[in-house]
Amino acid sequence: MKRHLLSAADLSRDDALVVLDTAEELALLANRPIKKLPTLRGRTVVNLFFEDSTRTRISFEAAAKRLSADVINFSAKGSSVSKGESLKDTALTLEAMGADAVVIRHSSSGAPHRLAYSGWIRGSVLNAGDGTHEHPTQALLDAFTMRRHLGGSIDGRRITIVGDVLHSRVARSNVLLLATLGAEVTLVAPPTLLPVGVDGWPCSYGYDLDAALPKSDAVMMLRIQRERMQAAYFPSAREYSRRYGLDARRFGLLPEHAIVMHPGPMNRGMEIAAEVADSDRSVIVEQVTNGVSVRMAVLYLLLGGREPAEVSA
Amino acid sequence: MPASSQERLPAATPPTTGAPTAGPPTAGSLSAAGTVPTAADLPAAREVLEAADIARALTRIGHEIVERNKGADDLVLLGIPTRGVALARRLADGITAIESTQVPAGALDVTMYRDDLRLRPARSLRHTEVPAGGIDDKIVVLVDDVLFSGRTVRAALDALNDLGRPRAVQLAVLVDRGHRELPIRADFVGRNLPTSMSESVRVLLTEVDGTDAVRIAHTRRGDPA
Repeated sequence: MKRHLLSAADLSRDDALVVLDTAEELALLANRPIKKLPTLRGRTVVNLFFEDSTRTRISFEAAAKRLSADVINFSAKGSSVSKGESLKDTALTLEAMGADAVVIRHSSSGAPHRLAYSGWIRGSVLNAGDGTHEHPTQALLDAFTMRRHLGGSIDGRRITIVGDVLHSRVARSNVLLLATLGAEVTLVAPPTLLPVGVDGWPCSYGYDLDAALPKSDAVMMLRIQRERMQAAYFPSAREYSRRYGLDARRFGLLPEHAIVMHPGPMNRGMEIAAEVADSDRSVIVEQVTNGVSVRMAVLYLLLGGREPAEVSA
Repeated sequence: MPASSQERLPAATPPTTGAPTAGPPTAGSLSAAGTVPTAADLPAAREVLEAADIARALTRIGHEIVERNKGADDLVLLGIPTRGVALARRLADGITAIESTQVPAGALDVTMYRDDLRLRPARSLRHTEVPAGGIDDKIVVLVDDVLFSGRTVRAALDALNDLGRPRAVQLAVLVDRGHRELPIRADFVGRNLPTSMSESVRVLLTEVDGTDAVRIAHTRRGDPA
């Protein structure tokens, strides 16, 4: 494995499978009286969050703590960043404190890459979401969840990702990782919410949700990211919801075994109906649980040894 | 605490270097001026236990476990992956046949508890499977193929500590090759094999390797055994 996890494309098929298998073992920890391992004792993990997040930050914090790492949480609000400190100076401060890994979320695409390859810090950099670019650990936890529900393998499975692909780092990371793992991914969105260059992505795309649902093994609904929308991408919220929302009728079009996913936070009634989100085929809450196991696996494989795990091809 | 029974001491005292029976043709010349043997000079792996020897050793260990614990009640056998797990299953089957009570067997991965994690790249984990009854107040017998430095067993004791509180922990190994680096000894030993540090002991089991055998081979210095 590479030293940093910046993109889902950093993972080969074998790397990804090792992460998922490791996470599978670490998930068993939840059933034990002591949910902690001594493996990263004495290592320091910094959560560097320049953008709001609840589940990702808490998930990384829980993962690092369960591996006995020391965790330093740094959020831009209330830090020197609000006084104008640059990313570089923040990084140098973290390096001076001896960070072994930096988990970074930033509103600018590419910030984790800059942090990893500018020579400011020596530790591993884990991308916890950068702008509209990538969110690789989310893709890993989604793949983990799918694999558990779809018979242990993602190979040849049909995954439909619906909604605001343009602003979604979750969609991009998922497409890359799921393609690596052999799934057939279909993006469904209004044309205005598909990015330029989507033809080059390892997936197909379409505009008709009703046509895609009957042949989906899993459907992933994306949040409409109003905070990133400066222009009108669709006429009205109601029209979007009618054409691309997963309501009870569309839920009925899915095969019996298909699961419903959402990376959260949800806009109930917008991209997903409350009754669908709460149905027994919705794995949205489980995705959060799985997030901790998957992030533990990534932290262990990157920091647990002298160097990241060697994965035989 | 279990009464300290008269424990059978290892047949041979743990060897230091180049025990007579284990040395290669060039034994003794490995020190000071000796030329470093190349792979071509070394004899091929030599078989020290055959399938029948392994079967007999496991049968005896099974009986010893039952005798020591006055029956098979509350026994839980936990194998250390990979080959310890297969051995634990065989021992459990053996004891079940002797005592006609089902003895649970499981697996205990100790990777996350090892003290040498930072000396090598991160390793992938093996499967841990604790039998349904758990280990609280049970007599846990740890099972491994080779007892060497004792560091794996130390890691296993730490791992057990996080899983529960057994009434007692005992250790069964197929081969004790000496060279302990920690104050750890086995309660049940299939065979004491005096070895030198430049040798490696390989246990092969049908479940994993397709055949049953124990072999000794030479390694280059510094190779992990």
